Amino acid sequence: MKEFKILAVVIFFTLVTYWLVEPFAHSQMHAHVESEGFSYDDLPPLEKTGDATRGQELVMGAGGCIGCHSIEAAGFPAAMSPVDNSAAYGVNPPDLSNAGGIYAAKFLAALIKNPTQALMVEHKFTPESGKMHPMVAFYGAGGDIDQEVADMVAYLQSIAPKPDQITPKQAFDTACGRCHAVKYENWTQIGEKPAFKKKRDELVFLTQVEDYNANLMGYMGKLPPDLSMYIRSRGEHYISTFIENPQNLLHGTAMPRVGVSKDGAEKVIEYLVEAGDPKHAERDSVGIKVMIFLLVFAAASYLWKKEIWKDLH
Amino acid sequence: MAHFTKATSVHDWLNQRLAIDTLQRVLSKEYWIPKNINFLWAMGMVLAFTFGILLVSGIFLLMYYQPNVDTAFDSVNYTIMREVDFGWLWRHVHAVAASVVFLIIYIHMLTGIYYGSYKKGREMIWISGMLLFVAFSAEAFSGYMLPWGQMSYWAGMVITNLFSLGSLEFNGLVEWIRGDYVPGQAFLDRFFMLHVLLIPLAILGVIGLHFGALRIPHVNNQDGEEFDFDEEAAKYKAGNKKESKVIAFANDFLSKDMFVVSIYLIFFFYLVFWHFGFAMDPINFDPADGLKTPPHIYPEWYFLWSYEILRPFPKDPGLVAFGFAQVIFFLLPWFDRSPNAVPASRRGLFFFWFWAMVVDLIILTAMGKLPPVGVYSLIGEVAAYGFIALWVILPFITRNEKRV
Repeated sequence: MKEFKILAVVIFFTLVTYWLVEPFAHSQMHAHVESEGFSYDDLPPLEKTGDATRGQELVMGAGGCIGCHSIEAAGFPAAMSPVDNSAAYGVNPPDLSNAGGIYAAKFLAALIKNPTQALMVEHKFTPESGKMHPMVAFYGAGGDIDQEVADMVAYLQSIAPKPDQITPKQAFDTACGRCHAVKYENWTQIGEKPAFKKKRDELVFLTQVEDYNANLMGYMGKLPPDLSMYIRSRGEHYISTFIENPQNLLHGTAMPRVGVSKDGAEKVIEYLVEAGDPKHAERDSVGIKVMIFLLVFAAASYLWKKEIWKDLH
Repeated sequence: MAHFTKATSVHDWLNQRLAIDTLQRVLSKEYWIPKNINFLWAMGMVLAFTFGILLVSGIFLLMYYQPNVDTAFDSVNYTIMREVDFGWLWRHVHAVAASVVFLIIYIHMLTGIYYGSYKKGREMIWISGMLLFVAFSAEAFSGYMLPWGQMSYWAGMVITNLFSLGSLEFNGLVEWIRGDYVPGQAFLDRFFMLHVLLIPLAILGVIGLHFGALRIPHVNNQDGEEFDFDEEAAKYKAGNKKESKVIAFANDFLSKDMFVVSIYLIFFFYLVFWHFGFAMDPINFDPADGLKTPPHIYPEWYFLWSYEILRPFPKDPGLVAFGFAQVIFFLLPWFDRSPNAVPASRRGLFFFWFWAMVVDLIILTAMGKLPPVGVYSLIGEVAAYGFIALWVILPFITRNEKRV
């Protein structure tokens, strides 16, 4: 039938234009970065099996971790406020309670031995720049260093919640939340903004955020962006590959490699989806209903047209 | 004063005061439409529907949007998208409709060109339609500014810069338009006013003109057949509906219109719920930042072809070519010198001209978005020259066309 032929022509040219303007143009403007599957192939493999009890002694003692890090889960609260910590280190060192459940074991081991390599910030902390990475490498407590590192990782894994018990928010907090705000979720770099009764208390809190961010800006070079809408502006694939290796997408960026496991990355993305697109489930359910209505409407209008036109032909 | 009698019904009461029977007769029951037209003639109704959707969704958005450089972005992306019940629905409907309306306008325009519906007698339909296109373009551009995202800001910067008129450097004019040296609060305020009041008002007026312009010449038909509407209408009224070449707008053509609209709505709401991203540039989900230029600045897809006519040339010739592209379609009824108002397939060379124009516009659209480097830059330049060349040859290839 002639009308179908015309419709096919219209659809053909519409789709060609769409393809050129959307998928094709975007593929030309943004190089596609393939996911590395969070395998961290450039880092040395973990060959030793760790002993959590030995690891605990190292973390609490010779390893020196609790000199800077708090471990709330093991009864070691932070000695200083986030703002004071950021004044000392540039950024608040993370609490290690969840670290074993969020980060890849291989990454944690590499981080303990050589932070700048694991974090991929060797371009920033060069001898010429005179800058030192705030986290000091662990040079061993006198035994087999690989065994000692494996023990410490085993300890961190033993105190952390199981990966499937970690909430998206916990994953985000530990992995991203000390540098990035998510204002649509009320998240600031020093934690969730509480509901204040008095304006004065709110201003005190906001001043702390400002102070923290000033230190963070000095450390990173600029204030890391608010991530509220990143799921919309960047998309899941970009964020996922960016978390995996920021240098692949933004060469020379001060953002460190985060080192999350595949599971940890999915949790972070889940958090960002809820922040930037909280109505996705509602959209799907309303969408189905609207479609059913429209199909009925189309059928009814077709019957109406047939009824009217039977007198005309 | 006219003589009023005691009304026998509500209908009669209204009829005596508003002549609703006459209105219904003139506007629908005896508004004659040729019978041999295809679904492309329903695009007018599809456009009217889409404009209605834009108006209603826009009113809902207007209740929560804040035209302030500090709060505009959050009022759209937080308040409307998260706090207001179904705010996301109105926003996606508005954004998708704003994009799809241009797809339908282009189909409507190209239909008119293909069937010669702008020819002698129907010039006012064409001109008022082109005025609507310009008004919709201004409406779309001013609306694009309002969420105050990165692309809004930089598109505002680039487009207003055009008013410095190249080497003439009318920078004072640019500042006067912006109300500032760069897009700022004054800029947002005035574009807000243009978007929600002045341009919609103009659009409503021109829609009236466009409909009015159809009244005397009537719409064209699929075969370019000329017939006496009064004679055919008489047949219809006498009950010979099958023999008559015309049908009434309501309910005859309306029933077909509504069927086309219903199919269109399925497509439209599929986009709204599951593919709204195509209509919303990701870069506009970053808040405006005057210190950070996006790596690629490009307009929305429906402006890409005219942007690409500007881009490959040096500053001044580029502006002239851009100006040419903006006005040349208005002059189509005079550039096309053939006496025929028949489908392009029966017009010889014009048939090739039409499809060359379609292909050229698509190439320009694609190249307008791609980075202007290497072979894309070259293809864009050739297509821009091609566009101008097509208009230059049009009077010559149509001059000797035989009457069919």
